[in-house]
Amino acid sequence: MLNIGQLNEGIVLDHIEAGKAMEIYSLLGLGELDSGVAIIKNAQSNKMGKKDIIKIEGGMDLVDLDALGYIDCNITVDIIKDGVVAEKRELTMPKVLTNVIKCTNPRCITSIEPQLDQVFLLTNEKKHIYRCRYCEEKHT
Amino acid sequence: MRHLLSPLDFSLQETEELLDLAHDIRINPDKYAHKCDGKKIATLFYEPSTRTRLSFEAAMMNMGGSVLGFSEASSSSVTKGETVGDTIKVVSNYADICAIRHPKEGAPRVAADYSGIPIVNAGDGGHEHPTQTLTDLMTIRELKGSLDGFTIGLCGDLKFGRTVHSLIHALVRNRDVKFVLISPRELRVPDYVREDLLEDNGMEYKEVERLEDVIESLDILYMTRVQKERFFSEDEYLRMKDYYILDKAKLDSAKSDMYVLHPLPRVNEISTDVDDDPRAKYFEQVHNGVFVRQAIILTLLNLV
Repeated sequence: MLNIGQLNEGIVLDHIEAGKAMEIYSLLGLGELDSGVAIIKNAQSNKMGKKDIIKIEGGMDLVDLDALGYIDCNITVDIIKDGVVAEKRELTMPKVLTNVIKCTNPRCITSIEPQLDQVFLLTNEKKHIYRCRYCEEKHT
Repeated sequence: MRHLLSPLDFSLQETEELLDLAHDIRINPDKYAHKCDGKKIATLFYEPSTRTRLSFEAAMMNMGGSVLGFSEASSSSVTKGETVGDTIKVVSNYADICAIRHPKEGAPRVAADYSGIPIVNAGDGGHEHPTQTLTDLMTIRELKGSLDGFTIGLCGDLKFGRTVHSLIHALVRNRDVKFVLISPRELRVPDYVREDLLEDNGMEYKEVERLEDVIESLDILYMTRVQKERFFSEDEYLRMKDYYILDKAKLDSAKSDMYVLHPLPRVNEISTDVDDDPRAKYFEQVHNGVFVRQAIILTLLNLV
């Protein structure tokens, strides 16, 4: 596997579905961080065949776990301290998602009142359906 | 503090109790004539809807209360750019309860977030219209004796018709209701109604294009208006429009106890020769609207 330098303090997002790393990079706003971020695409995986990995230098506060759980709750989150995995975090699909995704319904009140939080509620866990808290439009 | 934003804000039992109260108001109006003495309702109508607004105002006045508000956005502070949240914070100081109609979906939810008084959704875009739904339920229950055990045909614009979505939403809680959805292809119910409401709740339903094909199987026919501008082409409109006009001839094939409802106003989808038929119940339905709104006001103000 391609070797990206050792991480002493930081977070590794592993088991990302191959090809999804850039979407996660953008949704988590990783481009705006000052710290180092490495994206590994199409790494070999026994479990998945191919997978993406993101390594982020710095503390846990850099990553919105709710947003990550919304994107894919099968992603594993390793917290690295002193160069070793100090903790593994399980992701769950968040029941409420605030200011991660936007309602695209032009008839929604959020379309004319931009100061409102963009709030989505998990209405169907099995089908992974989130609906806008205001207009109940499904996010696609 | 309680609000009414969606018909599902009341459980099945609470809905039955509310309809019992509405029925009691209907037969004993004097008993309720002073229940709201000294109370005020604010009717904030960001888009015009004479019928719904007057119904709320009549409901409050029937119980000794008074009304204030505006009937279109241009006569309100919204033209100065005020948010719904700020408006309702101010109005909460003037009134005891508020009915809000807004063209944007979810505006009543925002109002409820900021309000110091109960909010009633009087219609928000194509989303919900719970007081209409409760009126529909009251009428169905009076006609059929219960909210369960019948086949209801919903006919017309099922895509944009919020009264239809709200009614389906409320009825899927009753196990033995069958749905027949009658509409042109372009105006079928949205996917979420089909998948999340009907299929996920295991409801029996079918979708058809012609009213004539199914009218004899129905216990209730809920008509809505099909607007010409909703069609993709003029040809398609001309081909389909007559399927959705209920006239005396079509009604002949229906059961003798199949009742016709309509949220009103109608344009031409129910021909006036149907009005005299004893099965035409849409004017009775509109009459019930005032009693249902009285019951909602009393319930939300804890005056029952």
